[in-house]
Amino acid sequence: MTLALYVPRAGVVHRTPAGAKLLGLAALSVLLFAVPTLPVVVGALAAVLVLGLGAARLPAAVLLRQARAVFWWLVALFVLHSLVADVLTGALTVLRLLTLVLAAAVVTATTRVTEMVAFIEWVCGPLRWMGVRPARIGLVIAMALRFIPLISERADRIREAQAARGGSVRGLRGLSTMVVPLLVQVLQLAATVSEALDARGADDVPMRRGGARAA
Amino acid sequence: MRLRRAAPVPDVDASLGFELRDVGHVYGERVVLSGLDLRLTERRIGIVGANGSGKSTLARLLNGLVVPTSGNVHVDGLDTRTHVREVRRRVGFVFQDPDAQIVHPTVAEDASYGLENQGVPAAERAERVAEVLERYGLAGHADHPAHLLSGGQKQLLAIAGVLVMRPARIVFDEPTTLLDLVNTRRVAQVIEDLEQQVVVVTHDLDLLDGFDRVLVIDGGRVVQDGPPDAAVGAYRSLMAHR
Repeated sequence: MTLALYVPRAGVVHRTPAGAKLLGLAALSVLLFAVPTLPVVVGALAAVLVLGLGAARLPAAVLLRQARAVFWWLVALFVLHSLVADVLTGALTVLRLLTLVLAAAVVTATTRVTEMVAFIEWVCGPLRWMGVRPARIGLVIAMALRFIPLISERADRIREAQAARGGSVRGLRGLSTMVVPLLVQVLQLAATVSEALDARGADDVPMRRGGARAA
Repeated sequence: MRLRRAAPVPDVDASLGFELRDVGHVYGERVVLSGLDLRLTERRIGIVGANGSGKSTLARLLNGLVVPTSGNVHVDGLDTRTHVREVRRRVGFVFQDPDAQIVHPTVAEDASYGLENQGVPAAERAERVAEVLERYGLAGHADHPAHLLSGGQKQLLAIAGVLVMRPARIVFDEPTTLLDLVNTRRVAQVIEDLEQQVVVVTHDLDLLDGFDRVLVIDGGRVVQDGPPDAAVGAYRSLMAHR
């Protein structure tokens, strides 16, 4: 599994602050649901493609990968809406969702995780008065992005080990025999990761960080 | 909200190194270490021992990841029980499995993590991260997802993430166990080139060539302590009679 989020490029979309891109994404969501007409939705989709492929010079494969991930959901939605309403509603629903998925892909592919995290920490800043440490929230998000592919790899290794010894790796039976060893591995990993966080000064996190990314 | 008052930081004396006074450690009812009295001041120190001998616990005692259940561990005069943050700033720790140590999605972001925790300004962080990634051949991977690196590159990133914090001493817990021969050599060279004091826990006896001192741990006690040739010989003999 690959969670290759950021695609390094030099351009105006990459240089745009993470906060502006996330606010733009939120505004686009509101627009698509507040004005659900074909010209607006098609126009938004075209704008996202121009921004992503043109201005940000992202490879088409990056956007295609995201579209492929939701393809069957889109097909199901289209069929469902076409049956209970009409084909136009089905097309609108699917295009709206596809536009948002691609827009989110453009934002993640053009924004470094640290910039995203710094913005989220800034948004969570007011929670400090409740004793919340925004840096911790940011770390949790970054670690989730880091460990999802790692845990997926570990699950694959367990599946391979079971298959190598003739075990069932498909269906519910395969899932049930994989869950326990994976859980054990994840808990062991969590214990070591917590030590590593301690060793790298996680407890020293200043209440306010001194800027965005490193290099 | 009640504020915890931190213990005043005593004067740090870099010549003191690691000092363990009558240290023992117990997990549940299992005695892992007992009666350790050591002063570690040499520049390169190795620790060897069988699985379960207590050597990894000993390594973790050295930067306060584990606090001894009896006795005291001091680093440059700082007690790991009362000054753990200062101790961890002075003692870096490299784990056996780099996947457990890399906590950020991309290479540069992860290398920067410890510096962010120390409150180092962004410009200086960028400079130091670029420098350390260059030194370990990772500059071309700065924006790459860390999980796509090879095993050797991950271990180099784990080392870079510690070195960028410029600790005075570094503890390595089996740094080559998961590596192939080529990457083992690279990591061995990295350790050899370090200016800091290094303490290396390892099963790879070749790694200890040229070290100043090697401790052999067995049953939670130091059973041999001396130059590598004598200590490694004693260790081989010990293992041969198991």
